[in-house]
Order: sequence, then structure tokens, then C-alpha cells
Amino acid sequence: MIRPATVRIGAGAGFAGDRIEPALELVEKGELDFLVFECLAERTIALAQNARRSDPDGGFDPMLLERMRRILPAARARGVRIVTNAGAANPLGAARAVAALAGSLGIGPLRIAAVLGDDVLDTVRSEPFALIDREGTSADLPPIISANAYLGAAPIADGLARGADIVITGRVGDPALFVGPLIDAFGWSLDDPTLMGKATVIGHLLECAGQLTGGYFADAGRKQVPGLARLGFPLAEVSADAGAVFTKVPGSGGQLSLASCKEQLLYEILDPGAYHQADVVADFRSVRLEEVGPDRVAVSGGGGSVRPDTLKVSIGYDDGFIGEGQISYAGPGAVDRARLAIAVVRERLALIDARIDELRCDLIGMDAVDRTGLGSCPREIRVRICGRAAREEDAASIGAEVEALYTNGPFGGGGATRSVRPVVAVASTLIPRDRVSPSVVMVEA
Amino acid sequence: MQLGDIAHLRTGDKGDISQVSVIAYDPADYALLLREVTVDRVLTHLATLTVRRATRYELPGLGALNFVLEGALNGGVTRSLALDAHGKSLGAQLLDLPLRGTIGDPS
Repeated sequence: MIRPATVRIGAGAGFAGDRIEPALELVEKGELDFLVFECLAERTIALAQNARRSDPDGGFDPMLLERMRRILPAARARGVRIVTNAGAANPLGAARAVAALAGSLGIGPLRIAAVLGDDVLDTVRSEPFALIDREGTSADLPPIISANAYLGAAPIADGLARGADIVITGRVGDPALFVGPLIDAFGWSLDDPTLMGKATVIGHLLECAGQLTGGYFADAGRKQVPGLARLGFPLAEVSADAGAVFTKVPGSGGQLSLASCKEQLLYEILDPGAYHQADVVADFRSVRLEEVGPDRVAVSGGGGSVRPDTLKVSIGYDDGFIGEGQISYAGPGAVDRARLAIAVVRERLALIDARIDELRCDLIGMDAVDRTGLGSCPREIRVRICGRAAREEDAASIGAEVEALYTNGPFGGGGATRSVRPVVAVASTLIPRDRVSPSVVMVEA
Repeated sequence: MQLGDIAHLRTGDKGDISQVSVIAYDPADYALLLREVTVDRVLTHLATLTVRRATRYELPGLGALNFVLEGALNGGVTRSLALDAHGKSLGAQLLDLPLRGTIGDPS
């Protein structure tokens, strides 16, 4: 088998709601081999599992079909293979839906691989697993909706080796979405921790798409980024030794610099010497970055040690309801009136005997997101009262009491809003690797 | 001088943990970061933030520090009652951390 000297792999989405045009731009102008869409936040699978209960064919990212409708024709024309975790709670259903879409677009033949086996709900329900983000075990949690293990790159590489044009997964480690195609292209061994560590660095840098090219970066007067409204998404030119140059399509907006790459390298990394993934414990401490041209950064170094015996599992569970109300005050004394409003609502919630487990009162403009305590008194202020309750009606009473401030509260309250929503929360545990069995199902279109 | 004069920051979250990277624009300023941007200084500046545990990781090769603030996110993004449940706005609040012993610093 002839191996390529360089593989070009792009990031088409950094979250489920991400822009679609930058992905199309990458396909049309990036000379890509692979395009990856990362679309699965921590609790998305739990929400998707709920959706699948009411629709057995659903439970995958609702934006997947629109993305594919826009991207598939161009990707097909240029031979760009696609990997995405948008399968959420139903990768096989997603694969079948994409196959049907391809048929309706007149695209075919098309091979789609669905990666299964991340769903470990039955296992987690069968016995208690110690939680790693709090005290207790999985048995102590309220009703569990979902439990999904973070799979590694192997089943993705397997699907590609079986000729898949598209690989659709549920939960896998985000970097694995990129490592899988590189394993397929270069024939890398999963048993080489140094190589897997370097590949994880590449995947980690790409997984948030626009965050490498100037998104989540600009700061007026400090860090200028041109063309944020047409931010270009990144691609990596990867060589067989897992060195890579990161860049973006010429003419696209944004900026890929040493600074943006350093920020993304450390993004959501805890111990940089031990980044736990299914295939490796990666070590980022020896990573070196070098600017090698305009919007071009070369990355080398990095390593890793042997893969852990356990896989991380995210458990989604019902966590009651959150109710919220907001109202604004302005002019001299606005803050004092806002504080009076909060006192009135607190007293009201006690008077009506609302069962609120936890209540939080913020002054937006002073202390809602600020954690320095240095906020000064502004001329306008927005009260935000938010609380958790087991019952929906109790949670709803918070917004109702804030709205009632219009006619019953302090002078000059305006713009009241109220909401109540069910909460799906996430807890984490570890599961022995041998309790998880990834598999690949091929769907033809 | 303030931290924002010599360094840029990015904030991420993982469960109930907030992570803030502090990166020197010029690697030559890494020593100043090491000296001035300690866990104590960060927590003192973020006076109303409560954490269970705070750890600073040093990355001399990148000229960067990585702060891991456990318990900083009110139970984490999926159940927090906070307006900014991810804590995305946290790192920016360190831009005006004073760098003691530098020009323009009164202390």
C-alpha cells in the first residue's frame, strides 16, 4: 500500500451550532483529504437520548443533515472524507439518514461507517461505579438518562479502512476524531504512545475549529484579528512522523499565529504532562511551535505514555428544573432599587412556600460574572434571580415573582423576562476498558 | 505594569474545574510571570471566587502558566446557576492583575 507523504485534515465545526460556510470553504479551497466536524458537547448525548425515546430514528445532531446537504456535494467531488461525532445517541440512525439524504441529492455510491459501542448505559445501571468528579457512586445519582464512554481512534480508523467516505460516531474523545483518519492514512500503530501523543496534540489543536484561527481571541487594543465575520477554519498538513503545519485557506478571515496556537494548545488541559485520552496519556510539555509563514505555524514535539486501563464515561441524569427571572433598573439609585427587588423576591418565595433547593441573585453589570468584587455602581443594572427546584412549578415561581415586580416592586423596573427549563446534568466515572466493545456498522448509499 | 501588558489568557472548563492559561507574548517575560502570577496572587485578585483547590502548572517551553481551579464553576456547566456557567469570562479579569516591582506599579 502506498502511503502519502502528507495528509491534509481540516476542522469543519468546533461545536454543534458552528458556522457552515467555513467548512465549505475548507472543502473547496483546502485541498483536504479529511474534514472533521466536532459537534458533541458534554451533555448533548443525554439530551439526544431523550429525543431518541420519542423518535427511535432520531437522537442524532439535528444540524447534521443540513451540514451534509451543504457539504456533501463538494466533498464528494473532491474526494474529501468526513468524520463526525454528530451521531450523538444514534450513530446508526444518523448514518441511515445521511445515506437517504445522499440518495435524494443523487450522490452515490457512498459508504458510511457508524461507530457503535460508546453507549454503556446497561453496564452503568447494572452496578455502582465510583464518580470521579464528586463523592459517591453512579448508584447515588437521580434517574440516569445516558452513559457514554469516550472511545478512541481505533473504530474510526477501522471504518475508514473499510472504505468509508463518511464516519459517524457517538461519544469519542474529540482528538480521536482526527487521530483516526491519520492512523488510516499513515498506518500508525495505536501501540506507539509517542506517536499517539503527537497525534493527540494535532487533534487537540484542531478540535475547536475557529478557536485556532482567531476565534475566542480578539481583544480590542491588545490582540487584533482581521475578518472575524468570515473566520477561516484551520487545517493541518501532517507528515508521517506526526509533525504538522497548521494553516488556513488563503483569503479567509481570522489569524493563525503563535499566540492563537499556544492558547488553543492549553485550552481545557489540566495537567499538561498528563492529558488522558482513550489511546494515550499525552504529554504536551515538550511541544514546540514555530511561525513558518503568514498564518502558518509548525508544531513538533509532544509525546505520551501508555494508554490508561479505564475509559472515561459521562453519565447524564435528570437534575430537576432551573427557573429564572430578570428585570432592569436605571438612573440614580438603580442599584439600591435592584437590591430592594431581590429582597422582595426572596421574601415572596418564602411566603408562598416555594421549594427552592438553591437560589442565586445577581446584579448583571456588577457581580454576575465579575469575580474581583471591584465592580462600581453603574447607571443601569439588571437583576437576575435563578434557582433550582425538584418540581417545575416551584422553579417557575421564581420568574413569576420577578415579573410581578412590575406592579408590586420598586419604582421603574423594566424589561422583565422569565424562563424555566428541565436540567440534564452530567457526572463522570471510569469504566474498565474491557467492559466497552466498540464496533463498526457499514451503511451503503 | 499589569498582567495584560505582557501576557494573554484563555479560559476553558472541564466539569466543575475552570482552567486559565497565562501566556507571555515575549518568552523573555516568563520569569516575571513565574514570580508574579502565583496561585495566591490569582486567588487574591479573584476575591469573590471560591475554589476547592488551585494548582499552577509551569510550561517554560511555551512561556506559559496553566491554572487549574477546582470547584470554581458552581457544580459545572451542566448544573450551575451562574450567568456565565462556563466561566469563560474569568481569565479576562486577570488582565489587570498588577505586576509588582515593575514600572508604573505603586506597590
